Amino acid sequence: MIPGAQRESVGRDGERIVFVARDRLLEAMRYLKDTPDQGFNYLVDVTAVEFRDRERPLEVVWFLRSLERKVDIRIKVELNAADELAVDSVYHLWHGADWLEREVYDMFGITFRGHPDLRRILMWETYAEGYPLRKSFPLRGRFSRAEQVRQALNANPEAHYSMEELSIADAGGDLPEDMRERLKRGERGVIPDPPNP
Amino acid sequence: MKHVGEVKSSNYLIAKFQDLVDWAVNSSRANSLWPMPFGTACCAIEFMATAASRYDFARFGMERQAFSPRQADVLICAGRLPFKLAPVIRRIYDQMPQPKWVISMGACASTGGIFDNYSMVQGIDTIVPVDVYVPGCPPRPEGLLYGILLLHKKIKGESLFDAVRRRDEQPLDEKGLRLPPETIDEVSEPFGNSVHQFRSS
Repeated sequence: MIPGAQRESVGRDGERIVFVARDRLLEAMRYLKDTPDQGFNYLVDVTAVEFRDRERPLEVVWFLRSLERKVDIRIKVELNAADELAVDSVYHLWHGADWLEREVYDMFGITFRGHPDLRRILMWETYAEGYPLRKSFPLRGRFSRAEQVRQALNANPEAHYSMEELSIADAGGDLPEDMRERLKRGERGVIPDPPNP
Repeated sequence: MKHVGEVKSSNYLIAKFQDLVDWAVNSSRANSLWPMPFGTACCAIEFMATAASRYDFARFGMERQAFSPRQADVLICAGRLPFKLAPVIRRIYDQMPQPKWVISMGACASTGGIFDNYSMVQGIDTIVPVDVYVPGCPPRPEGLLYGILLLHKKIKGESLFDAVRRRDEQPLDEKGLRLPPETIDEVSEPFGNSVHQFRSS
């Protein structure tokens, strides 16, 4: 029995789907990964779903696979849009969750507690229009095209290096002097508060 | 010389000399364009086909592809341009030495194409000045070759002595834009099928 399991269903492709209580997610995941007869040692994907029906909660979905048993399972956590959109990060169980969770954060604005470096991954870090895959997000973005072009041209992408890239720069020491100066100052963009609720 | 007496003024000789210089300079420029490929999508595949042996744009003087903007004459944007890449293509354009030209290859680079959404630049002419637009999704290699030949024609019409017919550097204004905001909004408006596509709350 998976800890924190609320209900189960079977997907259209016959796959097992288990809904887990939000605050017991890590417990359930640890059980699925570490129990020998479960052995879900591979995190295939992390994603999220928002339904057109605004009453339905958002779902965060984890696709797990046991490479030895050749079995798949889907774990879902439901989040009410009115509440805080946050779940625990599974990064410390599967390091592959790093970028997957960043993508969900970027596109849906769902926070993963305990993630070591939760930043936008597809959109640039100073992107201020909100979270593009939310249903409340207009197809063409919130700002006028001119404003979008202006912000894009003024993004100064070279000033946004990750901690990993900064450490490489420190170790290498063969970067141009001005770039090293800028990196030392830790010059990074200011992320404005997105207009999304 | 028998006809020297018919020359009305020395301006005629000067004009002839200028024509000669323009012809020499422009022929040299047009017939040895070094392209800077900026391939972002499927158009880049057609671009590669154009560069490869079957279509071979080396026949038109593009023997050497410059994978560095410092040694390039013509920027060929092959494919869609997301906003995230806008500062990149602008930087590449700024790094190219004068004189420089830009070919916008394909529907997405020219207008945004089917990607009329939050993440895509609606035509690279809002970022850099464009000389030749090649339509198509993606254009066939013949289409790109035709665009290159049109660019040859355009280059041969330029003049070192006539500022109106010469391309100038087009720097960004104090807001960091190339065009006035109203113009960008106007050229980015939905058209065709995308008029019917909208989703907002």
